[in-house]
Amino acid sequence: MDIWALLIVPLAAALIITFITRKRAELSSYVSVGAVVICFLIVLPYFVRMLGNPHFEHIEQSFLWLDIPGLMVEMGTIIDPLSLIMLFIVTFVGSLIHIYSRNYMHGEKGYARFFASLSLFIFSMLGIVLANNFIMIFVFWELVGLASYLLIGFYFEKPSAADAAKKAFLVNRIGDFGFILGIFVLYYATGTFNFIEMAHIIQAGNVSSGTLGLAALLIFCGAMGKSAQFPLHVWLPDAMEGPTPVSALIHAATMVAAGVYMLARTGFLYAAAPQEAMMVIAYIGGITAFMAALLALGQSDIKRIIAYSTLSSLGYMVMSVGVGGTGAGMFYLMTHAFFKALLFLGAGSVIHACHTNDIWEMGKLYPKMKVTAVTFILGALAMMGIFPFSGFWSKDEILTSVFSSGNYLLFGVGVLTAGITALFMTKVVAVTFFGEKRYHSHPHESPVGMTIPLVVLAIFAVIAGFAGLPGLDPNFGTFVSAVAGSAAAHAGEHGAHAEHHFNYFVAITSTIAVFIGIIIGWLIYSKKSIDNNAIAEKFSGFYKALQNRLYIDHFYDRVIVAGIYNNIARLFNFIEVYIIIHFVLNGIAYVTRQIGKALRLTISGQLQHYAFAMVGGVLVLMIIFVLL
Amino acid sequence: MTLNHYLILSFILFSIGVAGVLLRRNIIIVLMSLELIFNSVNISLAAFAYYLKSITGTVFVVFNITVAAAEVAIGLAILVAVYRTRKTVNVEELKDMRY
Amino acid sequence: MEGFPILSVIMLSPLAAVLLLLFIDDARVAVVRGIAIASTSISLGLSIYLLCIYDKAKGGFQFIEKIEWVRSLGISYHLGVDGISVAMVLLTSLVIFTGVFVSWVGIKHRIREHYMFLLLLVSGVYGVFMSLDLVFFFLFYELAVIPMYPLIGIWGSANREYATMKLTLYLSLGAMVALLGLLSLYFTAGAKTGVYTFDMLQIASLSYETGYQIKVFLPLLFGFGVLVPLAPFHSWSPTGHAAAPSAVSMLHAGVLMKLGAYGIIRAMWILPEGAQYWMPWVAGLSLINIFYGGMVAMSRRDMKFMIGYSSSSHMGYVLLGLATVNYIGVNGAVLLMFAHGVMTALAFSLIGFVYDQAHTRMIYDFSGLAKKVPFVAVAFAIMGFASSGLPGLANFVAELMVFIGAFKEYPIHAIVAVFGIIITATYMLRCLRDVFFREPMEKWDDLRDARTFVERLPFVILIAVLLVVGFYPTVIVDVINSGVVPLVDKLNAAKIG
Repeated sequence: MDIWALLIVPLAAALIITFITRKRAELSSYVSVGAVVICFLIVLPYFVRMLGNPHFEHIEQSFLWLDIPGLMVEMGTIIDPLSLIMLFIVTFVGSLIHIYSRNYMHGEKGYARFFASLSLFIFSMLGIVLANNFIMIFVFWELVGLASYLLIGFYFEKPSAADAAKKAFLVNRIGDFGFILGIFVLYYATGTFNFIEMAHIIQAGNVSSGTLGLAALLIFCGAMGKSAQFPLHVWLPDAMEGPTPVSALIHAATMVAAGVYMLARTGFLYAAAPQEAMMVIAYIGGITAFMAALLALGQSDIKRIIAYSTLSSLGYMVMSVGVGGTGAGMFYLMTHAFFKALLFLGAGSVIHACHTNDIWEMGKLYPKMKVTAVTFILGALAMMGIFPFSGFWSKDEILTSVFSSGNYLLFGVGVLTAGITALFMTKVVAVTFFGEKRYHSHPHESPVGMTIPLVVLAIFAVIAGFAGLPGLDPNFGTFVSAVAGSAAAHAGEHGAHAEHHFNYFVAITSTIAVFIGIIIGWLIYSKKSIDNNAIAEKFSGFYKALQNRLYIDHFYDRVIVAGIYNNIARLFNFIEVYIIIHFVLNGIAYVTRQIGKALRLTISGQLQHYAFAMVGGVLVLMIIFVLL
Repeated sequence: MTLNHYLILSFILFSIGVAGVLLRRNIIIVLMSLELIFNSVNISLAAFAYYLKSITGTVFVVFNITVAAAEVAIGLAILVAVYRTRKTVNVEELKDMRY
Repeated sequence: MEGFPILSVIMLSPLAAVLLLLFIDDARVAVVRGIAIASTSISLGLSIYLLCIYDKAKGGFQFIEKIEWVRSLGISYHLGVDGISVAMVLLTSLVIFTGVFVSWVGIKHRIREHYMFLLLLVSGVYGVFMSLDLVFFFLFYELAVIPMYPLIGIWGSANREYATMKLTLYLSLGAMVALLGLLSLYFTAGAKTGVYTFDMLQIASLSYETGYQIKVFLPLLFGFGVLVPLAPFHSWSPTGHAAAPSAVSMLHAGVLMKLGAYGIIRAMWILPEGAQYWMPWVAGLSLINIFYGGMVAMSRRDMKFMIGYSSSSHMGYVLLGLATVNYIGVNGAVLLMFAHGVMTALAFSLIGFVYDQAHTRMIYDFSGLAKKVPFVAVAFAIMGFASSGLPGLANFVAELMVFIGAFKEYPIHAIVAVFGIIITATYMLRCLRDVFFREPMEKWDDLRDARTFVERLPFVILIAVLLVVGFYPTVIVDVINSGVVPLVDKLNAAKIG
């Protein structure tokens, strides 16, 4: 029952805030923070127990939600190592970000609304994590979309925020279009929505590989939307219109990672899917990772830079899943949740102090805000993947699994991406915290309520990587491979060992790439021995393209959206209005009216004319009657 | 007196009635002509009833008289109303109900 | 409660109110409203009670009342409900109850007459859903359509004469064609058994030659289809919605359109082989509804027209669900009739609320209303999300069932239909953004929000229903299912045979 409480408590918090404490901002925030902390406390004992015994029997609880002949849908929860890891991340990072938000959002007009939405988000996110079947995951999948919509559009008076919210929801919808079709394909192939039952049927080899490939790609569409993979990545950078804690929680640490979580959860499908389908996934991940890293270079808005780096990281994770390294992907997901939440919260702290998002209007903030600066730099180092920070271990695992799967092109892309990541992170750190002073306001360190989460997250960003230390047993990979329904869990083996040996070649290559990135970044942005503007001018076309997001958004807006809206919709409207209504319908009415106009001349209004006609008619009838 | 006599009488009355309806311009006369038509029908009904030894015709006659009475009452009431507003009983002038 | 004529009471209580209202002075508005509310709350209460006491395990037609009316023609006053009708009766009660409150706020002149026509219409609607006699079925069907003419003609907004004329002509045409089919059934069934009767149960229990079924199903499909509205006979509906006052739009989109679908369901039940023959065509036409209706809705700037076309788009899902002829799809279709009825009633009541104050419904005339009318904004957002199939709201469950059902029979259709959801989301969210979000405009500074109990009640009730069914659909799906299973069984038997 306490597992259901994970869903009930945050939902109740959202409802209480909406209906009861709406007018009382402070109280509302306590309700919301309390809810997420309670969730964390519920998860914690399970998590600790799991650390002791990774191969515990998973717990499934469900009730019948919809029962008609031919369709039985349950709402059910599953507790296994995978969901526990994710629950831990969501509730832990969630708690910290809730606490941070209490100060960050202080004095905002929609304070209560903000916390109600956050609670709704926690409810939906936990629903995704706990789901034991496809319908339930889809239900909550959509609900996080709603929460995300509400939070991106938090400043709804701002046109850009209103646009971004709509864009996020619709782009996700396109992904979900594939997702739901994939669910249908799987349902008709296996006759169940339940993950574990489905896994057993697929592992028994009862489903053709063509069907599996199709289903795998369709389901992946859902992940493409939520985890913002190319070509559906366009919503995520715009989503930064939301308040910064939201960016940290939803658009970095948890919701966007839900796509990767879902891929891990449905790992049985991807393990059985044909290689070609997996390659599509891996390459989409690779493209996203590389493209987003490049795009990050062209930005000067601190949140957008981090947003693109998130995109890039998500691409990394997806690439890892694509080459079969689900464990590595999940590992990266976890470390990423810590360091990316940290980076966003740090950015929030900076924005809070400077009242601008533009890094070129900051500079030399280190002396003013030491805690923020130090934690931010730790986060940046973790993100770049410097030994021994958490990012190093997780990135290394991904690169190793790519390398060992033999996709050297993707490996090259991964290494290159790591280098570029180091470059732009160096840029952010150098320009924001060091260099000359360019701010106009009077920045000061943020209050304790904001710095404590930063510090806690920084600690985890540094040490979380040790969870996946190669050679450690049980390590992170063990837990992930013990996911319920997977072949490994089924056989009770330790799947992780075969997957990851520490590969010195990979580690050294990537570290070299990272240091090259840092050095270039240092030369350009700190030492100024390479002139920033000179490069920009030399590659002006490319630089401009980067600033315009490689024109992908333009293409969508001008070609696809405008194409559908201006052409198809207008055409149909034209058919409706002019052809169906004006021509056919009003045409029929017009003809009828004209005939009526002609005939009405016979109506003289003279009573006796009618009488004559009647008598005449009767006479004619009589004559006919007699004659015949 | 055979049935034919009655029928001829009925026919004559009917024709007078139709002619009255068609030709007279005074609406009161038109109404009276209508009554004439009614009664011509009643005569033939009664005659048939007598010669066919059936009660049905007689019953119908009674019905008709009742209906005719009601009709005259309504008709005259309308006429009075029309006269009050239009100050005329000439059918040719009462021709508003046209195109 | 044994022997209590629950159906008659539900149906006749609005009719009794109409008669009572005849004797009330126009000026005594409070009494007029009181009578309307009292009669509709009786119906609503009993409808909910009906849902609870309907025996799902037994299924079939229950609470049967039968009084002979014209023996020589085999006409009788014959009422009874199965699972499908129970849901529809409940929907009708919800919409009229909330509609009465919406009219309270929205209608300012000739209040008594307005309520009289409204309640008369509703009696007709109840009658259609309950009648087991074809003559009464048809009679009530007309009774549900005709009051629309004065309701739109007198209390409507711009272009009302055109709209009301078009609507009445269209619907009469449909009714006439359907009548042909019904009469044909009467004579054929009579010739078969020697006993001429309009008893629907009797007529449905016979089996007809395949050729005959195919021929007669068509007029029924077309006749009722006009009311659904089946593309391409839909154009009366958005025009009618747009011109009608709020409560009438609510009934119109919420309930009247469902009469058409309900008629088709009954026709499928009577003529299973004919239905099987025509269903692929219906599936095809439903896609026109979904896609074409959605696209036209997208290009409309008038909110009522937008919702009007979106209704015709959503009724496409209902038709698609019916066309699947399997348990999942048909259940989904009926649930969607219910869910869409509630959702669209909410939509029109909200738009009406804004229109009555602002006197415009054009999307581009508004901006940032969420600041001025937060309650309405939230309700509108819920409506928009329900319409675009967000989980947690009733429409999602229904659409999901339709999709799953359709995916089995018509995978290509299902893909297009699922895509339709994206179209819906597009125009709903765009409307939400343009009307309620972005910068507030000065000219709407004195717009007032729904504050009083009377103003809020209809919105709250409708939203609550959407949420309850969305979170726990079993409350109503069980009942619907008990009506759908025998229907689908019969249809499937016809397919094999």
